[in-house]
Amino acid sequence: MDMNQPIGATPLDGKPDGLVGRPIDRIDGRLKVTGRAPYAYETRDLKNPAYGFLVEAGIAKGRIRSLDVSAAKRAPGVLLVMTHENVPEQGEKKEQVYPQLQGTEIRFHGQPIAFVVAQSFEQARAAAALVRAEYDVQTPEASLKAARPNAVEPKPAQTPPDSELGDFDGAFASAPVTLDVEYTTPVQIHAQMEPHATIASWEAGPDGDRVTLFTANQMLNRGQTSLASVLKLKPENVRLVSHYIGGGFGSKLQPQPEAILSALASRSLKRPVKVALTRQQEFHVATHRTDTIQRIRLGADETGRLTAIAHESWSATAPGDVFYETSAVVTRSLYAAQNRLTRHRLANLNVPIASAMRAPGEAVGQLAFECAMDELAEHLKIDPIELRIRNEPEQDPEKKVPFSTRQLVACMREGAQRFGWDKRGATGATRDGQWLVGMGMAAASRLNPLMPSQAGVRLNPDGTLTVRMAMTDIGTGTYTILAQIAGEMMGLPIERIHVEIGDTAYPKAAGSGGSFGAGSAGSALYVACDNLRQALLQSAGMNAEGATFSEGRVTSGNRSEALADLAGAQGVEAKGEIKPGAMKEKYSQHSFGAHFAEVGVDADTGEIRLRRMLGVFTGGRILNQKTARSQALGGMIFGIGAALMEAAETDTRYGYFVNHDLAEYHVPAHADVPAIDAVFLPELDDKANPLKSKGLGEVSICGAGAALANAVYNATGLRIRDYPLTLDKVIDGWNEREGAAQRRT
Amino acid sequence: MGSCAALATLGASLRGRAEAAPAAVDPQPQTMPVSLEINGTRHDLTLDTRTTLLDALREHLDLNGSKKGCDHGQCGACTVLVNGRRINSCLSLAVMHEGDSVTTIEGLADGDSLHPLQAAFLHHDGYQCGYCTPGQICSAAGMLSEVEAGWPSHVTDDLTRKASLTDEEIRERMSGNICRCSAYPNIVAAIRDASTKI
Repeated sequence: MDMNQPIGATPLDGKPDGLVGRPIDRIDGRLKVTGRAPYAYETRDLKNPAYGFLVEAGIAKGRIRSLDVSAAKRAPGVLLVMTHENVPEQGEKKEQVYPQLQGTEIRFHGQPIAFVVAQSFEQARAAAALVRAEYDVQTPEASLKAARPNAVEPKPAQTPPDSELGDFDGAFASAPVTLDVEYTTPVQIHAQMEPHATIASWEAGPDGDRVTLFTANQMLNRGQTSLASVLKLKPENVRLVSHYIGGGFGSKLQPQPEAILSALASRSLKRPVKVALTRQQEFHVATHRTDTIQRIRLGADETGRLTAIAHESWSATAPGDVFYETSAVVTRSLYAAQNRLTRHRLANLNVPIASAMRAPGEAVGQLAFECAMDELAEHLKIDPIELRIRNEPEQDPEKKVPFSTRQLVACMREGAQRFGWDKRGATGATRDGQWLVGMGMAAASRLNPLMPSQAGVRLNPDGTLTVRMAMTDIGTGTYTILAQIAGEMMGLPIERIHVEIGDTAYPKAAGSGGSFGAGSAGSALYVACDNLRQALLQSAGMNAEGATFSEGRVTSGNRSEALADLAGAQGVEAKGEIKPGAMKEKYSQHSFGAHFAEVGVDADTGEIRLRRMLGVFTGGRILNQKTARSQALGGMIFGIGAALMEAAETDTRYGYFVNHDLAEYHVPAHADVPAIDAVFLPELDDKANPLKSKGLGEVSICGAGAALANAVYNATGLRIRDYPLTLDKVIDGWNEREGAAQRRT
Repeated sequence: MGSCAALATLGASLRGRAEAAPAAVDPQPQTMPVSLEINGTRHDLTLDTRTTLLDALREHLDLNGSKKGCDHGQCGACTVLVNGRRINSCLSLAVMHEGDSVTTIEGLADGDSLHPLQAAFLHHDGYQCGYCTPGQICSAAGMLSEVEAGWPSHVTDDLTRKASLTDEEIRERMSGNICRCSAYPNIVAAIRDASTKI
């Protein structure tokens, strides 16, 4: 099915008690709580693996003068030491998947320079420490701030890097009220709990070599293609298996060096090779979210109506890489204004490779823009919600097409009512003991894409249904929502649905990323089930008109048949496919939401503590109320991290992240998260996909941190434009405001 | 946090970063016999003395439920119960546990009947990706015993009385277990729920 028109009525409609949407427990939950869900490093399918350990470059720019591996090769248990001098020939890089150990040039700290394989993990690790590199060191460029004047216009990503509409400069110059501010966001790290890990097994065969990788990967078919390019294999001879994935958040959208190195080592050793990145290696060898500098200019009339919007963003990635953070893309569709400008610039620095992290673009874009809106509201003495309502566009202001659905105003109003927004005090006016208390809000918006995806279903002779596709579940609940969709479509209880995903041996699927997973894979399954329904009706000679599938039976007119009987001895199979179509261009599709946060700021120390938080979201049809809420809470808590603690600190002299472990790179822990809640407003989006659903995994991080930052302003009157908001910046703000005079608290 | 400085030093030596001048020769691995009682069953092993308890479980006993998230005691994914107390199994060498009784996530359930914490995590959706989950559950089991034994925490107001299991106490005591999917509100709800059933 190509999504060329609104879907119309579907079998999923009008079933308030149906399986889809019901907050059922995850069907893979029992495996997870008993520790029996096998993640990549844990597969038993590839026997007798050797252990790999990666060696990183200790400089950010220069050349390897010599690489002494003699001690490592002599070390007990060592089977292979792979370097640029003996690595097998590799093919072309594809997307951000690079051939490994290519030559002596070092472009960033942590670039792999050797791969040691031994009989045991302990031996591999010890031998890796014996690899001695000497370098001709050059001075790295690692400061985005310093490189900003020379940053270049990047190659287009999904959208062009720049956009212009009307006359921004003229409108901004003549606007009665203007705001011109810069925000900065730091390098952030995915910090998914499961490190990148692969067990690879290379097999030579008469019809070409093949490789199987049990690997932590969010998008298996994409990884299949890029690995095939780098490993010089046919894509069909590269098999990726990823049944359980310990978190992704973008870090596993593409294969990382450990996948390539273990595959190449397996080829050399004719034996499976397993490797996991250490937590420290995660920070440099794998990708991160780039730091950004964002300049926002707003022009408005005295009533707060925007006449001019400009959002410019600077970001960085490694030399030769083209990834840039699309911070300002969301600004193209969020608020109305006649005159608009967005611009992205990229600096190639001697820093590790930057890539997508949960809501790439929007997450940091709205950290900045939603605070700028708060600044404008404060300046105009208009309530921040009212300011946003006054700038609500009737259609997408740049694409000039309607929104498929847009309930931003409803989300803000519902949230305000539930949160008690009317009790928000004037700036700096609320105090609770030692705590200065403030409330803040921010809007949330995230693009809703649909990706090509395929599914296979099989009605088995015993009346169960098997669902197959190369989809992944990174914790989002994919196993469960697929079972719910299939069960609902076929009228089968969830216990009779077997979901088999995570293997490129199955039909090609979208994978998990960019908020497109459930909508794309779920829609392919919807189409497959629809095709299976038609096939069953046809083979039974039953009238499709008015046929219903319920309780394991299909009923049409006065006939009713058990699905198990229609399956026959061989079972019945069907396939389904979804592709984006004209709906993508005819409608602007986004998930929306509103965040509300209350913080306390310690009047003595400047410590910021979140006290409570609420998110109200719309995401079309909610496929499982329980897992959807969990995703929303997770995104909001990512936002807490972005607002208050997360920053990989770059030592620009050496181009590396100083705090490269989980003790020093702080992510939210239990004690950082008080009572928070997330709710969804009813919505169906018939332009989005056949399920009428939209993405949920990312809208909940968008704007979340800005709500906290705006609350800090409301509590203290301090506008901190450099994330994260840590207590030293609060104290600096107080000192700046109050001069040398001692603060009285 | 007191142990973090020492851990960072250990980390520097383990990172595989090719800049320091290491020893010229690596000696043959030293092995030692060790006997562990794991989930009620005795295992006699001969292990490389460098093998952590976590790697002994995962790589030598095929017990993959305990997870390796950081290998440095910073994330809690490897939490198991040793003689009833929760520890980070990545920070402990296996040979230090001669005769110890180890309970992992695989040993918590009573056959097909889930431990109340496992059932509560399932019901409250106290996870997403599931990678930190075994550590969260084992940690919660150990934590509830600590509360029962009257151990105070950083947020316990009155040190002379037994702390009650408020949400604030749960959050404080569980803060050694990171969940990047951030299922924290659901984990707290699950622990609160299960605490009444143990």
